[in-house]
Amino acid sequence: MDTALLITQLLNGLQLGVLLFLLAAGLTLIFGIMDFINLAHGSFYMVGAYICGTLVALLDSFVLGVILAIPLTLAVGYVAELVVARTLYARDHLDHVLATFGLILIFDTAVHLFWGAEGMAIPLPDWLNGQIAVSETILLPTYRIAIISVGLAVAVGLYVLVTRTRIGMLIRAGASNRTMVQALGVDIKRLFSLVFAAGAAIAGLAGMMVSPITEASIGMGNDIIIVAFVVIIIGGIGSVKGAFVGALIVGMIDTMGRSYLDQFMKLFMSDQNAETAAPAVSAMLIYILMAAILAVRPQGLFPPRVR
Amino acid sequence: MNASDILTPKGLIAAAVILLLAVMPVLTTIADQAFYLDIATRILILAIAAVSLNLILGYGGMVSFGHAAFIGIGAYAVGIPIYYDEYSGWLHFPLAIAVSALYALITGAISLRTKGVHFIMITMAFSQMVFFLFISLEEYGGDDGLLIWSDSEFVDGVDVDDPTTFYYLCFISLMGALFLVHRIVNSRFGRVIRGSMSNDKRMKALGYPTYGYKLTAYVISGAICGYAGALMGNFTNFISPEMMGWTRSGELIFMVVLGGSGSVMGPIYGVLSFLLLEEFLPDFMDLFSKDAGIYWHLPFGIILVLVVLFVRGGINGLLDRWNR
Amino acid sequence: MKKMLLGAALGAVMMAGPAFGASHGEPVKIGFVTTLTTPAAVIGNDMKNAFDLALEHIGGEMGGRKVEVIYEDDGFKPEVGKQASDKLVKQDEVDFVTGFIWSHVLLASSKSVLDSGTFLISANAGPSQLAGKGCHENFFSVSWQNDQTPMALGEALNANGVNSVYIMAPNYAAGKDMVAGVERTFKGEVKGKDLTKWGADAQLDFSAELAKAKASGAEAIWVFYPGKAGGAFIQQYTQAGLQDSLPLYSVFTVDALSLPRLKDAGLTGVLGSRATQHWSPDLDNEANKKFVTDFLAKYGSYPSFYAQQSYDAMMLIKSAVDAVGGDLSDKDAVRAALAKADFASTRGGFKFGNNHFPVQNFYLREAVEDSEGRWTTKVVSTVYEDHQDPHAADCGM
Repeated sequence: MDTALLITQLLNGLQLGVLLFLLAAGLTLIFGIMDFINLAHGSFYMVGAYICGTLVALLDSFVLGVILAIPLTLAVGYVAELVVARTLYARDHLDHVLATFGLILIFDTAVHLFWGAEGMAIPLPDWLNGQIAVSETILLPTYRIAIISVGLAVAVGLYVLVTRTRIGMLIRAGASNRTMVQALGVDIKRLFSLVFAAGAAIAGLAGMMVSPITEASIGMGNDIIIVAFVVIIIGGIGSVKGAFVGALIVGMIDTMGRSYLDQFMKLFMSDQNAETAAPAVSAMLIYILMAAILAVRPQGLFPPRVR
Repeated sequence: MNASDILTPKGLIAAAVILLLAVMPVLTTIADQAFYLDIATRILILAIAAVSLNLILGYGGMVSFGHAAFIGIGAYAVGIPIYYDEYSGWLHFPLAIAVSALYALITGAISLRTKGVHFIMITMAFSQMVFFLFISLEEYGGDDGLLIWSDSEFVDGVDVDDPTTFYYLCFISLMGALFLVHRIVNSRFGRVIRGSMSNDKRMKALGYPTYGYKLTAYVISGAICGYAGALMGNFTNFISPEMMGWTRSGELIFMVVLGGSGSVMGPIYGVLSFLLLEEFLPDFMDLFSKDAGIYWHLPFGIILVLVVLFVRGGINGLLDRWNR
Repeated sequence: MKKMLLGAALGAVMMAGPAFGASHGEPVKIGFVTTLTTPAAVIGNDMKNAFDLALEHIGGEMGGRKVEVIYEDDGFKPEVGKQASDKLVKQDEVDFVTGFIWSHVLLASSKSVLDSGTFLISANAGPSQLAGKGCHENFFSVSWQNDQTPMALGEALNANGVNSVYIMAPNYAAGKDMVAGVERTFKGEVKGKDLTKWGADAQLDFSAELAKAKASGAEAIWVFYPGKAGGAFIQQYTQAGLQDSLPLYSVFTVDALSLPRLKDAGLTGVLGSRATQHWSPDLDNEANKKFVTDFLAKYGSYPSFYAQQSYDAMMLIKSAVDAVGGDLSDKDAVRAALAKADFASTRGGFKFGNNHFPVQNFYLREAVEDSEGRWTTKVVSTVYEDHQDPHAADCGM
């Protein structure tokens, strides 16, 4: 096997994994703490990308655009929590699914109205557009390394926040026992707003990071959000650590499936069929893993303790 | 339902809707608007699917987020045999029901070990597997879908290619599905299912093996939905994995909830309003501003959120309140 | 209550619907199915713009009758496109259905349109199924058959002395045809192939595939990524620094839609890249000059080939309706008039083959910067003259 290719693909898998983690981190906390299923979490991924794209075009600086877009996405998340999500916490999961399904339609059409259907390219500065030689044979795009770095930095930051700070303590307590936190007299509403808005901002950051590669587009969050759900179920709802591990597993399965599965499948089927089937089968693998975990260990790999 | 129930406003409306559906081909023929019969046919087929979902969601509390997979399986059970020049409807429909039931049995046996949100997610996972399975089947069109060049053939003289004949096949099927579900939920079996929805532990303590009951209900629901899929395959003459995506399952849940889950007529009201909105909202918006129709998802989404926030019990619930 | 009102309203709407009939007082109705939502709307809007411009150019009339165009969105989904076509045929009772970017949408819609006896004119998609055994007397294409453009590119690869390629294309009907097309004429070795997920939820991150392509040792990369995916692909291709080691050859990827975006993103590497096409904005004929100049003036950007084909579709329909004096009741006469292709095409004239696909020239064109700094394409050489697609022989017409 070609080692250089393998390492490149592992890094590609890592890049997809950290992007998924950025989405899943907020999702798992919102789900864990508020017991709220937010299908519209992917909309923040999209909104973040569009806000960032607009700012980059305006300011002519990618980094500045990202830095300013984060608080703006946070604000969008805050408003969404205030207007829709807050009234839904007391309802059952079915209502969450339906209302946030409606929110997706609203966000998608709103973006269509404001920015048009065409999507938005986000130009990168020259220093991010080049390549870095990891070794003599491995040349990776600088920007993909940047995504990995940002993702890992956020992961470390979240870890410190959750394990070392007072807010983090409340978040952990909320994820494992909601009623107790309320009983302790903590302003639970503010905690919820904060977690929701921060989750939206991190999802938005993921959208901003991916758009220079794929362009921002309407509905870009709708398919990845389902994968993010797979991630948090595999990792254990409410666990940031679980989200991280789950995201890496899913990112690796997807990338490795796309890289090697067709060669494997050609051993027992026609080339044409293998080319077509391989990407679909690697997508299927993710759901098979999720179903297996749900059936055998519904609490996921790393459930928050004391449930 | 007895005679005095029908003589309430709610009962009259139910009767009127069914009557309207029964004479729809006559109306569309008089108006010379064949396309509206298409919409009505689609409403009937999706209503059968919604009725089947309502059986487990509304009466059994099992929120299946993967019911669109059954529609797809049923439709492919028509499309694939026709691809091999097997035109008999006596093959297609039993095949659709059998494969759907088998899929429901296997996935249900695993899924029903979980509860609540895990059940929602695992049913979604299984339907995504089917979705990707059909994408990977190059022979049957993969992502492009499969064109169904002919319709199922039953006996000589009955041509389901004829829109009116096909409409009545769907209408009778819907009435059959309604009757079946009505009988099931009012039987002893149905009372156990409904009991396990409100308190599963208590039903178990009373000695009912609720797992088996729920699984049976899930399989029946899947089989009915697969039958609806076979009708759908005949209706659209085209099937693609797209019809099984998770958003389609979400729409199906929405139809049931919009109409009022856990009620006989609810799913029909839900499908009716959903499809009429889908069909006429864009046209309606075009009246105000040219080309505004492509933004119809905006008011549609707002309606969805408002219904969830403020209309408890869906349309059927509204009618209940009006009754009092 | 609400329900009853809705039901009554539906009844009323249906009763009020006018009875249609093809009389001379009625407008000629043309249904146009394209993608107006999802990111692929960038293509659909370009087609719609061109069709509107064509309507303007013909003064909104053909054969002495007014023209009414009804646009329908296919949502980038075969099933939605089929429903839209059903509506056009059954409710609006249009005389012609045209548009169609996507081969799979066209394939799904063709049965309902053709079964109803309506003329179906593809303004882009050219699936092999409709060119060979499945050809139909009422189906016409004003674009090309999917195999042709990549076949021309295969010849260009041979001429450039390229010995091996890596192939990437979306996994749908046209993607498969395109791959088959290039494999038909390319004489070197295909080192590897990737068919990626397509549709509204298309795969847009090609990191794994690009890594494979690079490791495969191929001399060049051949891709087909229409619309928005093309921009994303070229961006990642450039970011991965593959321009020097793995030169890019493409079909339907570097076009008037992607070039302005690539310019905005500052990807100068794409200038000079070559692709084959049946048309280019700089083709020297009267019809094309008028079309390109007016399009630029009205919409501020160069028309894409999608736009050109849509414009030609309108002109083809006009030529037929004019020929029968606006009387569309005699289908045979209309069909015969369509088959003549008797109009000034922006590609400088073509004729229909037996399967109603164009027999036409194919050019090698290069991405260049024009005198005003806009990025566009210009013709380098002619690869094929009067080329007919390879499926025509299977067509019984």
